[in-house]
Amino acid sequence: MGRTEQLDLSKISVREANQFLHGLQNGEVACVEILQPDGLHSIAAGLDCEVAVEIRGHAGYFIAGMNKRATVTVHGNVGWSVAENIMSGEVRVKGHASESAGASGHGGLLVIEGDASSRCGISLKGGEIVVGGSVGHFSAFMAQAGTLVVCGDAGPNLGDSLYEATIYVRGAIHSLGADALEEEMTADDHAEVARLLAAAGIDYDAREFKRVASARSLYHWNADADQEY
Amino acid sequence: MSHPIDREESAGYDRHVLSYIRHAAASGLYDIRGMGAKRAVPSFDDLVFLTASASRYPLEGYRERCESKTVLGTRVAKQPIELDIPITIAGMSFGSLSANVKEALGRAATEVGTSTTTGDGGMTPEERESSKTLVYQCLPSRYGFNPDDLRKADAIEMVIGQGAKPGGGGMLLGQKINARVAEMRTLPEGIDQRSACRHPDWTGPDDLRIKIEELREITDWRVPIYVKMGATRVREDVKLAVKAGADVVVIDGMQGGTAATQQVFIEHAGIPTLAALPLAVQALEEMNVLGEVQLIISGGIRTGADVAKALALGADAVALGQAVLIALGCNHDTYQLHGEEIDAVEDYMRLGTAAGYCHHCHTGMCPVGITTQDAELERRLTPEVGAKRLRNYLQVLNMELTTLARACGKSNVHHLEREDLVALTIEAAAMAKVPLAGTDWIPGQT
Repeated sequence: MGRTEQLDLSKISVREANQFLHGLQNGEVACVEILQPDGLHSIAAGLDCEVAVEIRGHAGYFIAGMNKRATVTVHGNVGWSVAENIMSGEVRVKGHASESAGASGHGGLLVIEGDASSRCGISLKGGEIVVGGSVGHFSAFMAQAGTLVVCGDAGPNLGDSLYEATIYVRGAIHSLGADALEEEMTADDHAEVARLLAAAGIDYDAREFKRVASARSLYHWNADADQEY
Repeated sequence: MSHPIDREESAGYDRHVLSYIRHAAASGLYDIRGMGAKRAVPSFDDLVFLTASASRYPLEGYRERCESKTVLGTRVAKQPIELDIPITIAGMSFGSLSANVKEALGRAATEVGTSTTTGDGGMTPEERESSKTLVYQCLPSRYGFNPDDLRKADAIEMVIGQGAKPGGGGMLLGQKINARVAEMRTLPEGIDQRSACRHPDWTGPDDLRIKIEELREITDWRVPIYVKMGATRVREDVKLAVKAGADVVVIDGMQGGTAATQQVFIEHAGIPTLAALPLAVQALEEMNVLGEVQLIISGGIRTGADVAKALALGADAVALGQAVLIALGCNHDTYQLHGEEIDAVEDYMRLGTAAGYCHHCHTGMCPVGITTQDAELERRLTPEVGAKRLRNYLQVLNMELTTLARACGKSNVHHLEREDLVALTIEAAAMAKVPLAGTDWIPGQT
């Protein structure tokens, strides 16, 4: 059982905190508590080891960016692009997230317990995102692979220009974006939603969700597709 | 009796315009192509050097040393880039280029002591292994972008735009998305891939500053961060990049090439490299960071003379894309296979073109095996042959550069200066902000 460390960002810089985190080996430290984050950016960015990081308060942009293997929890709200390009591990926001949460995430799990703003899951490349509340406009824009689960409502242009990612929404969908299509939920979809909700620790009935995926009409260059290239 | 006007071609509706309108009407699609602008624009060809005579003395061409060492990224990074020559290889993706070509670029760059750059498709093991100095691009698509490769990079280039399509995103048509390319980009095989023009996780310059800081945090402030932009509102854009924390600013003029984009972009967006460079230098001067933030210029750099003129106008280095492909054999009428020269004329004909005119990089059917993902075509250029040609070419460019520098009396290519140049046309004088030859006149200034 590794020890717990505390890093107080009112006393050291984000750079010093990140360099400490980057130097950790698996199991060396079980948990690192980050105190006084006070909206600072790039906290716990670029981690690559199995460690739990507890950020005690509100944090700024790019929290846990490009995360690998670490489990990062923010006990507050976050600014833009939390867990952008996440590769693996888990990032959890106990409050709300601003724009582009989980942008371009390749793997791992991002949980936003509150709401996420616009472009949540934009350009997603295989990561999994569960939002306890609602998401803003253009969420999952150009998402290539992976899954976005929205327990609340979705804003305008959901899933615009989707590739192979899948979106599940429990509440109302304001509008679908170009090439996004609402499809029947299958037994596999129900199982997938249930799995992700369980992983996120959020309790809803998977049967309440709708599925949105790509109509694939933009996959090939043609004059008749309803689109602006 | 026929009247001459009966056979007079309209200037406004010449054969090119008639063909364009008919093609648009028939297809409902605009033209997509590779390479750069074909129209004539003011360029470095419109400048000449005032080399030494009685008022200046030259260095001895074959005896006195002329330094070409170039250091990039001295502003913040712990490990700036050190190059033997100020001529770098621009970002070109695996996907648009074959894996063989990416390896050839790395080998040649390493041999002559310069850097090469990834592209919109991530970093291949071949190019990392073959490149001593590799710049890793962070593009809007983020295809294949990951922290492991980020940490393997010697520098990071944040790409906001490029000269061939400033304001536009990437495009790779389905015929080039084979299994390997698809896997690297997390896309289905064979679909037309249109990548984004805006980054997914930041938008304006204030966000860019924070994004750059994040990249520095992830790489422990070790490597320089470049910001690359297509040349449009250069003065403002360079200032914003500097404010955002760029170590190196890369400006790509409208002659810059691409593997595929809309023809309308290539010919009608952005400003010429000649006009862009002085504006970028002016911006650095006004921000008081000249020498602290380095400037790389690209877009239509082809010869040692172009390099020398770019340096004289204030660039710290240049980047080459299309010229590199030409050196590898692009638009040549033969290719080499097992040591034999094989005729490629029919392959060009199948594309509806001929050697010397080809811009069909977007099709993936490159007759000389450069811009392709087809296994058969790719065999037409091996890494060994490509690397040798490119090494020779880069060597010639640097020899020409140092020849001109010595003739201007400079013992270091970075000592070339604006005062060494005059312009042959009024347009070039106005854009480059150097006097028209034989006068003291700089349009707009004197």
